[in-house]
Amino acid sequence: MIDGFLALYIFMLAAFTGKEIIGRVPVILHTPLMSGSNFVHGIVLVGAMIALAHAESTLAITIGFIGVILGAGNAAGGYVVTERMLEMFKSSKDKK
Amino acid sequence: MAMQEMLIWIANASYFLAAVLFILGIKRMASPVTARKGIVQAGIGMVIATLATFAITGGHNIGLILLGIAIGVIPTWLWGKKVAMTDMPQMVALFNGMGGGSAAAIGAGELLKFSHPGSAPAMTTIGLAVLGALIGSVSMTGSIIAWAKLDGRMDKRFNFAGQQVFNFLILAAAIVAGLALIFWQVDARLIIAFFALALLFGVLMTLPIGGADMPVVISLFNALTGLAVAFEGYVMNIPALIIAGTVVGAAGTFLTQLMAKAMNRPISGVLFSNFGGGGSGEAIEGSQKPIEASDAAALLYMAEKVIIVPGYGMAVAQAQHKIWELSQALIKAGKEVKFAIHPVAGRMPGHMNVLLAEAGVPYDLIADMDDINPEFKTCDVSIVIGANDVVNPAAKTDKSSPIYGMPILNVVDSRQTIVIKRGKGTGFAGIENALFYADNTRLLYADGKEAANQLISELKGIEGGGGH
Repeated sequence: MIDGFLALYIFMLAAFTGKEIIGRVPVILHTPLMSGSNFVHGIVLVGAMIALAHAESTLAITIGFIGVILGAGNAAGGYVVTERMLEMFKSSKDKK
Repeated sequence: MAMQEMLIWIANASYFLAAVLFILGIKRMASPVTARKGIVQAGIGMVIATLATFAITGGHNIGLILLGIAIGVIPTWLWGKKVAMTDMPQMVALFNGMGGGSAAAIGAGELLKFSHPGSAPAMTTIGLAVLGALIGSVSMTGSIIAWAKLDGRMDKRFNFAGQQVFNFLILAAAIVAGLALIFWQVDARLIIAFFALALLFGVLMTLPIGGADMPVVISLFNALTGLAVAFEGYVMNIPALIIAGTVVGAAGTFLTQLMAKAMNRPISGVLFSNFGGGGSGEAIEGSQKPIEASDAAALLYMAEKVIIVPGYGMAVAQAQHKIWELSQALIKAGKEVKFAIHPVAGRMPGHMNVLLAEAGVPYDLIADMDDINPEFKTCDVSIVIGANDVVNPAAKTDKSSPIYGMPILNVVDSRQTIVIKRGKGTGFAGIENALFYADNTRLLYADGKEAANQLISELKGIEGGGGH
């Protein structure tokens, strides 16, 4: 188990990191960025997979199964739409 | 046993690598040049983390895990591939709701485990499981309502007397149930009541919010889902979830603030009151002066510098391709053309940029509000298409206007303004626009696509006539 204070440090440092890397994003990328960060929390899939793997009772398996479906949907859908949006951003130089 | 330890080590190393890739990926998304690489990088991180997880699940329920992934991935992938760019806001809402639901499911599973006699862990762990479950549940049902509203599947608003008090009581009841789980005992019936209340609150808090405020709400739910994932990551003892979730939580909160600021709507105002409830603003003197496409084309022909101000109405009319065609014709004729984008143009910040990019407009012709505002003074003709409230000078001059204080594009400073509009209606906020009545503003009443088409052919006619 991660020690409580260690977790708090991770939490604090990750929070600052999140704010810092967003701070430099131009407005033109805000929508893809919201979508991209939406994709990143699709990592929840990993937690749901582990929960399902450890599930024993029918109820726990059902809940874990739903968790995996939803997490996988978050990751896959988030990736596809973000990638589609970013693919379209081109400068005038790229076109010539 | 040594084998098992090695697999765990490999999984942990993979999670670390994934966390690094996520942070680098989001950072690269900060620039249009590297953004595409950024999302691909984050995607690689996700694949590595997912594959590594198989190493530590020991093959338990592996069939169900694979089936669940297939059910989750295949339809969303296919749907995401073909959905229209104008529908992006609700897609983000929907995928975000899924993430929230997944976090809530993890919370439910863990709490269920803790409810067996003698298996309750430290209070911090139960507390974070409860908190993550609460936030995840609210984010899930709230996002689904947001999706339904943006997708036009639900009436704009749903209000009843005492709504705020009622919502507050539901939230309070959910919190009390959560506290009872933490400090009293992890009881199965209490878990069910807790989730029912949390899921209900997500629905209730989103129902009264109007479509105009939805981007802020989606952004907020995005941040909340990140936090829920981080908390459940602590409970599950997976640092990658804590890091990725927290980074998204912090970034999302910051983005929400930026958006709310650009819309001049405090976040509390979005959540607890209705839009456009204030004064209706001063009445406007004067009249709207119409113009024909041929005269508008002549104005453009004589201009040296043209700024195009697109709003969501342009996207609704599917006029962005034609507008870019018109711009290309103007550029070819030696004119300077720029696109001015208000931070909340489109249906969420940056959405208009995506729609223009889809039409093929290079991003270096697109300028943000702060960069372009000083340039309107030297602009010969501004073309406003499908934008309304974001160019309304009443936001600066009329204290009784509901949009007073909202930052706007200073289109009113340009020498001439052509507003392409279908009729005389008001904008999203239902407010009269003083710009439309200004002396140097002319209104071209037409559908956006049709108007752009007419301007292109009229412009060709003038050039073909060959004065110069």
